[in-house]
Amino acid sequence: MDNRQKEIDNLKDYKYGFTTDIENTRAPKGLNEDVIKFISNIKKEPQWMLDFRLKAYERFKQLKEPDWQKPKYPKIDYQDLYYYSAPKSMIDKPKNLDDLDPKLLETYKKLGIPLQEQKRLNGIAVDAVFDSVSVATTFREELTKQGIIFCPISEAIQNHPELVKKYLGSVIPVTDHFFATLNSAVFTDGSFAYIPQGVRCPMELSTYFRINASNTGQFERTLIVADKGSYVSYLEGCTAPMRDENQLHAANVELVALDDAEIKYSTVQNWYPGDKDGKGGIYNFVTKRGLCKGKNSKISWTQVETGSAITWKYPSCILKGDNSVGEFYSIAITNNHQKADTGTKMIHLGKNTKSKIISKGISAGFSDMTYRGLVDISSKAINSNNYTQCDSLLMGNKCGAHTVPYIKNKNSESNIAHEATTSKISEEQLHYCQQRGLSAEEAVGLIVNGFCKEVLQQLPMEFAVEAQKLVGISLEGSVG
Amino acid sequence: MKEQLQKDFDNTIGNLTLSQKDIEIKKFYLDNFINKGFPNRKEEDWKFSDLNQIIKKNIGELSFYNDYTSTNKVDTSVFVDGLEHNKIVFINGRIEKIDFDYEKKDQIEIIDQSETINQFNNNSSLSDLNSAFTNKSFKIVVKEGYQLTKPLIIYHTTNSKIWSKNINLRLNFELYKNSSLRLIDLFRDTSEKNFLNIFYNFDLKENSILKNYKVDRFENKNIKYSFNNIEQDKNSVSETFILSSGSNFCKNEINCNLNGEYSSAFVNGIFSINNKRHHEIRTIINHLTENTKSYQLIKSVLEDSSRAVYQGKIFVNSKAQKTDGYQLSKAILLNKDSEFNAKPELEIYADDVKCSHGSASGSLNEDSIFYLMSRGLNYQQSRELLINGFLLDVVEKITDPEVKNLIKNMIGIKE
Repeated sequence: MDNRQKEIDNLKDYKYGFTTDIENTRAPKGLNEDVIKFISNIKKEPQWMLDFRLKAYERFKQLKEPDWQKPKYPKIDYQDLYYYSAPKSMIDKPKNLDDLDPKLLETYKKLGIPLQEQKRLNGIAVDAVFDSVSVATTFREELTKQGIIFCPISEAIQNHPELVKKYLGSVIPVTDHFFATLNSAVFTDGSFAYIPQGVRCPMELSTYFRINASNTGQFERTLIVADKGSYVSYLEGCTAPMRDENQLHAANVELVALDDAEIKYSTVQNWYPGDKDGKGGIYNFVTKRGLCKGKNSKISWTQVETGSAITWKYPSCILKGDNSVGEFYSIAITNNHQKADTGTKMIHLGKNTKSKIISKGISAGFSDMTYRGLVDISSKAINSNNYTQCDSLLMGNKCGAHTVPYIKNKNSESNIAHEATTSKISEEQLHYCQQRGLSAEEAVGLIVNGFCKEVLQQLPMEFAVEAQKLVGISLEGSVG
Repeated sequence: MKEQLQKDFDNTIGNLTLSQKDIEIKKFYLDNFINKGFPNRKEEDWKFSDLNQIIKKNIGELSFYNDYTSTNKVDTSVFVDGLEHNKIVFINGRIEKIDFDYEKKDQIEIIDQSETINQFNNNSSLSDLNSAFTNKSFKIVVKEGYQLTKPLIIYHTTNSKIWSKNINLRLNFELYKNSSLRLIDLFRDTSEKNFLNIFYNFDLKENSILKNYKVDRFENKNIKYSFNNIEQDKNSVSETFILSSGSNFCKNEINCNLNGEYSSAFVNGIFSINNKRHHEIRTIINHLTENTKSYQLIKSVLEDSSRAVYQGKIFVNSKAQKTDGYQLSKAILLNKDSEFNAKPELEIYADDVKCSHGSASGSLNEDSIFYLMSRGLNYQQSRELLINGFLLDVVEKITDPEVKNLIKNMIGIKE
């Protein structure tokens, strides 16, 4: 009985905290050229890909780990990690879903992503990444009909080398910062999407990331290219089992939008946040960057960040094409001992570019949350506009909420407006809700959801419901 | 630079009568400065203004020794007309005159602190430089319950006798219970290419009021750094107004610690700069206890290829419930080469607070100009009217009517 109760309690805390016993193939522990060659070899990569990795590794050796961020963490020993871990049954790739290891399917079922049935109803194409390998991609044929390529990036390297070669590293070069460069050297898998000219992707594309094996760093790489006049909406979800030690997740996401194209990228990040005392949890150090390369292109980031022990990421837009638009909508919730340092960068290079940033931060418990953002309008980006709004809610006096925007305006024909507020939930609102029969916790949930509404509205339907629930769950136990 | 520093330091020490211990302390600061050098853009606080580069570009080699043995003649023509005031006159960094003619002698105490070196709560290399080279420093004490009848104007005058010099100044103020002081810093420079490094420390006891107006209005080619540290006890009020306009480069830093309940701090500033001038204001308001309040308003008008930077930080620690913090910066860029950088920062650890900041920058509103022109004004007049109104907002925040008029006249703002 006791055990059962415990199990239930655990599930209530973090319902994705289970592990799956699946035999893994791992690369030897540590980071060196041999490991990189091992990864490249097992993926049967062409020489140019290996060169790309080795170049990144050369660069990585010279880089120092950055330390300017607000949440400090114990030093990571990069030699004490596994850089490749794959379910054994995946070495010879299954041809279709029926060949998949039933245990894997079960895992995804638990996650609420039954790869086989339900998706037909929902009409979302899913690419599931388990530890380091992409295990299944659904709806491929239907997408192929339209000329859309949606597959694991390892497959894309084999089958569409010309596209990968052209765009991989064009937004996040191998010479970028510490974690991005590490990713370039050791990335294992991820998703690749190419939307051909003039095609409006008929369904949402989606990736689910799952870290299962212990001591593994997960390094995926996502590359999305929207050709002229195309449109795509992309969803990303992540979970990990509960473990006492911290795990590193350093992914790279590159988006390229050509003339008149639009990419909408939504994330619901729910990595394991560690237990109530701040033990364990994922370090989520992700580099996400979108390039509005063509005229009139648009990239929009939406993120709901509820998980991870430490979140440290700044999804950015480089607005290079004239009239291009960048948007960033974010909800970040930290509870217990979670820490987040997140925000965005909007770099205006082209004329008449516009950007909009809406960031909502909620911190409770002993957590610490920082919005850090950059708006940089260069001297050539005339007639550009930015609007930024960052609101923070604090619950209790053990947590912190910080706002650190950098605002650079280098020409007189552009406008930047920035607002930020920090406050707590007003007593009157709480009182009103409670008077109407809601419990304190429900009332807080309701008010917080209202506070976040502006961002939640940006999410695709299926995600919005999930996110809304998540917001409620994340704050459980923070009131009263 | 190191040899120059050593040599100038020895010369400076030679002219002072210091105990062996004090010389050791000064040496310690000198070594600190030699190690760190002038701040550069790698330091977060100097991210937007690389002082090391600015000094190199504008001045080249600095010399740190100033001969303060002979007196300078005080030119009375620089004194402000039409406003009775007390004076402290600095000429080329040398104190020439301290005069509190309008006040009761026993209510104000002037203590010569040249022989004691007090540490500054700022571990920047510029504070080390200041500690190593300050020549004379005074502490001005306003006794309990005394409110100065007239404002105190500190004239910072430099003339063409000095060139490529570094001048270090330091003043301490202590305002006892229920006292008040109005202080105007007026910069009058006819020298070129010098670097002024000014440190003020204010200690505000219960119920005291400090009003500090810093006016850098007249065009000059000097580089200035000024640091105000303000410690505030219960119920005290500090008001700081900065007019940043004349120098080639100027950075004003205000560090304000609200230590006592119900204390409040106000910082208002104007950047009105042209040519290639580069000015910065950096404020740090530390809310350290309950029921404190701060308000900041910074407005900029930038012409030609000028550049303004505003870094403002509101810090609220976990004890400081019921804090009210507000910060607003607005900038008008008049030329395509002008640049405005801002870093308004909030760091908050208490939940029952009201803190907000806003920052906006852009061009003059064409619609407003059109409106005014349709009423018969020409383009130039409309532009001036709009800019005047924009800046007047800040000047109106000055609570002292006499000083407000003085400053209005100085900028030429009409109502």
